[in-house]
Amino acid sequence: MRKNLNIIAAYAIMMGLIILVGIFQSWNVALSIFNMCLISAVMTMGANVQWGYAGLINFGLMGYAALGGLAAVLISVDPVPEAWSAGGFDILICLCLIIAIVFLIRFILKNFEKSKIRTYGIAGIIIAGIVIIRITSESGIEAIEAVNPATTGFLGGLGLPIVFSWIVGAFFAAGLAFIVGKVALGLRADYLAIATLLISEIVIAIIKHEDWLARGVKNVIGLDRPVPYEVNLQTTEWFINLVAKFNSGKLELISNIADKQAALNQLVIEGSSVFVKLCYSGLFLIVVIVLLIVTQKALYSPWGRMMRAIRDNEEAANAMGKNVVKQHLLIFILGSAIVGIAGAMLVTQDGLFTPGSYRPMRYTFLIWVMVIVGGSGNNFGAILGGFAVWFLWIEAAPISLFLINLFTMGLPETHELKVHLTESVPYFRYLMMGMGLLLIMRYRPKGILPEKIEIK
Amino acid sequence: MDFLNAIILLLNYIFVPALTYGSQLALGAIFVTLIYGILRFANFATGDMMAFGAMVTILITWYFQSIGISLGVLPTALLAIPFAIIFMIGYMLFIDKFVFRYYRVSKSPPVQLAMVSIGVMFVTQAVVRIIIGPADRRFFDGEKFIIKAGEFKEMTGLNEGLAIKSSQVLTIFITLILVSILFWFLNKTKTGKSMRAYSDNEDLALLSGIDPKRVVMITWIIAGILATIGGALYGLDKSFKPFTYFNNMLPIFAAAIVGGIGNPFGAFLGGYVIAFSEIFITYAYKKFFMYILPESMEPETLVQLLSTDYKFAVSFSILVIVLLYRPNGIFKGKVL
Repeated sequence: MRKNLNIIAAYAIMMGLIILVGIFQSWNVALSIFNMCLISAVMTMGANVQWGYAGLINFGLMGYAALGGLAAVLISVDPVPEAWSAGGFDILICLCLIIAIVFLIRFILKNFEKSKIRTYGIAGIIIAGIVIIRITSESGIEAIEAVNPATTGFLGGLGLPIVFSWIVGAFFAAGLAFIVGKVALGLRADYLAIATLLISEIVIAIIKHEDWLARGVKNVIGLDRPVPYEVNLQTTEWFINLVAKFNSGKLELISNIADKQAALNQLVIEGSSVFVKLCYSGLFLIVVIVLLIVTQKALYSPWGRMMRAIRDNEEAANAMGKNVVKQHLLIFILGSAIVGIAGAMLVTQDGLFTPGSYRPMRYTFLIWVMVIVGGSGNNFGAILGGFAVWFLWIEAAPISLFLINLFTMGLPETHELKVHLTESVPYFRYLMMGMGLLLIMRYRPKGILPEKIEIK
Repeated sequence: MDFLNAIILLLNYIFVPALTYGSQLALGAIFVTLIYGILRFANFATGDMMAFGAMVTILITWYFQSIGISLGVLPTALLAIPFAIIFMIGYMLFIDKFVFRYYRVSKSPPVQLAMVSIGVMFVTQAVVRIIIGPADRRFFDGEKFIIKAGEFKEMTGLNEGLAIKSSQVLTIFITLILVSILFWFLNKTKTGKSMRAYSDNEDLALLSGIDPKRVVMITWIIAGILATIGGALYGLDKSFKPFTYFNNMLPIFAAAIVGGIGNPFGAFLGGYVIAFSEIFITYAYKKFFMYILPESMEPETLVQLLSTDYKFAVSFSILVIVLLYRPNGIFKGKVL
């Protein structure tokens, strides 16, 4: 108990802050912050598995999160039969072509000696393949995108419950991580960072511009929810009764029946959105707890010990007979899969998929700030980082507005400087993130909750 | 005649824009490579430092414009750049003193320095946006075109016009001068040689009496010059928007790595490699083939290898291929 005191204290403070938001702003805001904190926590756990356990630097988190989101679309949206009949066949042919090219290249790599001719041959095959695929797919893609472009214009998905996409998203991300890992893991740390960042940009570019896949920048909206809709809740008997019961003290004070009904309606409307958010919180909390248990178990298992050994001294671990390359690939895939889950969860919560919103600032660098601030190598630290940084990210605007008003108190309301500063309030969050990161790196380089290895 | 038309078409739509864009990338890539070679970390704040330099230039330009100073046909920004450079050098040395020096002295691993540069990136980005805002700013004044498309057509009697903006000529011209001076400095002067020695082998350089503080300071000064000029030229040619500068960081990194990171000449060429391949692969050649092929063979489609949406993706794919086959870059040669 004693040794975990700082963890408990840190989490208690964090929860206290969120509850304070609930009391002073509204429970709706507090819960949406809490939900996003949970999603961020899943992402940071993914990054922490790679960075904290194995010392692999992955700046491609954005790409994996986007793939998770794509999975949510492809799983939950109903299929569009017209689009399938219009161009599905062409797309399937292209898919077969891609697979054929991959196998052809594998075959060449296996059966021919390394030489210049082989390299140029492979390059030729890839270029020819791209040209052929473009020619075969063009008519199909046009046909698909012409099917009712305002609402569909894409192949649609499988029409399954969206929760399945959390698992599928993990597999998508793992698949991408396998390819990226094969390509890039041999690189030195900072090269790896740049390479993963750029590869994730390529992934985003593809998702953005292949409209037949998920409507690209036209966005997919109105995804199915795993939880009830507010509108339905507001007309459900048991929910109204529940709200009435919860607020019975408040309602009894109102004597007029019409007023009482109006107050109840208002409470039901507020309560319904809080209830929906609570449902999400429950679902996300399950994911976070399951992942936390698994990652904690892994951290203290012989495998986790081996990963730390590899992280701290690659050569020594290699000399002891550990297959460093294989383990790096494995942990790269595992971490990316967790990020994929988070991506799917995010799209599930928002109910929409907007490829244009995947930017490295928000989905890569911010997550990294969370990991570093929270404490890499320590799962509790990473989760706390996700909570604290996301909380600050959201509450930065009110805080900086308060500070601006405090420091410019002597100035008149219309003073140029004050107006300018007030207009640029949204950008103070970047300043806070940057300063926070710099200060933590300088004075507490291991994060708020540093890594602590107990030998049991 | 048709052949000439085809050539002018390529010049107008591929060659001139790519040369300009490549020059802008080259300046940034040399910046990245110098920092990587001498200070030994990947500087993720590159794009935002360039945005900062451009912002200072814009502010000074506005001041000059408000008091009525201008350069006539040339943009006023040229006059503002030297002052901006002085300010930027101060900014770079300030950051180095309060942020990077601590990690350099304590010999932190490069990854940690890269993380720190992300912190600097956040702060610089915030400062730029707080001071000048996220909006699009144009600050080009003076004569806009050297040759207008219409005038060119009249002059030569060709079907295709060739338009050359003065900002494009300025960009290419200034880049060439700056890069020549830089290479002369690195190869011929004593200080430049000591910088190369330091980048090659730090311990040996220290043993032979090179002052590391001086080398680092000069590196930051050169970085400040490159960031300001690169940023200002990009802003003059296109427009100043903080977000695009952040995005430009990625092709800049690609250029530096393709050219062999740590090798300034490679970075310089890498900028052009990236720019040309981006534009070559995403250009629609339909019109070109219409000129050079007989009418019966005219293409039906746009003859475009990849749609322009994939402009960035092209440069990144090149980078991935280079990393796979030649991790040291195309032009490895000597390191700095």
